[in-house]
Amino acid sequence: MTNDPKIVAFLCHWCSYTGADLAGTSRIKYTPAVRIVRVMCSGRIEPSFVLKALKEGADGVLICGCHPGDCHYQEGNYKALRRFHMLKEMLGQFGLEGDRVRLEWVSASEGDRFAKLADSFTEEIRRLGPLAWKRVGNESERRVA
Amino acid sequence: MSKLKVAVYWAASCGGCDVAILDIHEKVLAVNEACEFFLWPIAMDFKYADVEALPDKHIDLTLFNGAIRNSENKHIAELLRRKSKVLVAFGSCAHTGGIPALANLYSKDQIFHRAYVESPSTVNPQGTLPQTATPVTEGELTIPTMFDHVYSLDQVVDVEYYVPGCPPNPERIWEVLFAVVSGATLPPPGSVIGAGERALCDSCGRKRTEDKRITGFNRVATTPLDPDICFLDQGLICLGPVTRDGCGQQCVKASNMPCRGCYGLPPGITDQGAKMIAAVASVIDAREPEDIRKIVATLPDQAGYYYRFSMSQSMLGRKKA
Repeated sequence: MTNDPKIVAFLCHWCSYTGADLAGTSRIKYTPAVRIVRVMCSGRIEPSFVLKALKEGADGVLICGCHPGDCHYQEGNYKALRRFHMLKEMLGQFGLEGDRVRLEWVSASEGDRFAKLADSFTEEIRRLGPLAWKRVGNESERRVA
Repeated sequence: MSKLKVAVYWAASCGGCDVAILDIHEKVLAVNEACEFFLWPIAMDFKYADVEALPDKHIDLTLFNGAIRNSENKHIAELLRRKSKVLVAFGSCAHTGGIPALANLYSKDQIFHRAYVESPSTVNPQGTLPQTATPVTEGELTIPTMFDHVYSLDQVVDVEYYVPGCPPNPERIWEVLFAVVSGATLPPPGSVIGAGERALCDSCGRKRTEDKRITGFNRVATTPLDPDICFLDQGLICLGPVTRDGCGQQCVKASNMPCRGCYGLPPGITDQGAKMIAAVASVIDAREPEDIRKIVATLPDQAGYYYRFSMSQSMLGRKKA
């Protein structure tokens, strides 16, 4: 399925990754477009991770963490939330659709919710179309590495 | 001892880097004693043809300031690369794009339209735009082609060293020149020289609180600035957390102004803007999306502020086509 969007999902270890795992062990089917990267906390996700994913071929980035108040490290998901809102603003300056990056809270018991989220986000990205970030500059102008 | 063969060039730059070299004051006499110049457009009259006539690798050291904005910049960068043993990206523009690279948030067409058609002071009813070649009765007049994108020097040719700064600190320039002239062992190619190895915050003497809680950002033009307290504590965006030190703190210490980031990324950081978002997000005191959006709205131009000197090296690099 070459037309499928590529989506990178950063999931926190304590809630969202366990939730995605539950989706798997419960045999809930959801889109294979989502490539999951486990991180210890949504607060660990640096904006540069998101930029790197978009630059290197992802059409959308999904960030999932524990529900507010549930963070294993107490504050991490709030940091993620603030970074998310700042990054979304800045991506707009680069001409990027803000909807290509989404933040959602998924708890360890919400396998079904994660599967639905993966499907609906993939549909949204499909509507936006491929991103295919252009390499910086023009091949005839810059040095070919 | 034979004299060190030196060239200094400006590409897309303001001339401040050249002036910074002269700011080493009377030591410039010692430099003149030790060096023989082959090109230095701001100070001496050489022609490009003189440089083209030199054997390859004839020049020992070239200090190249300015970004690569047009075909002339690129041509001279390639020429000086061929003729130089050591090519140094000198100053923010050559290092990471600098102020000219902020143009990468716009296309060439948008820039031409703004500059030659739309700007309020322009009267151009025919909509005439600069042409690379213009036929006249005597023949054809040509000017360099403006690129669609602004590059740092190392995106166009190989570079041995980087000296950051807008402009580089004269003390650091002297250290670099002295190291080369005295024949000291040079650091490995690819190094940033004439700068520190840490973030500016590590060497900043301002008082700071560990647990900052900012409920709205201020702007330097409309806020009284405390000379002793961390700018972030005062709700002012200071790029100290994501900027290399070694600048001599002319802004944060001597001028009581927040860091603008001209010394570029410290080691271990890949993108100045992305890292600055991480840093600023940590000090915002809000947990509800609505409150966060209100505070973020007090930062009107994040891309321009965080990548003020490093747009060429930013991960996204340019506006989506």
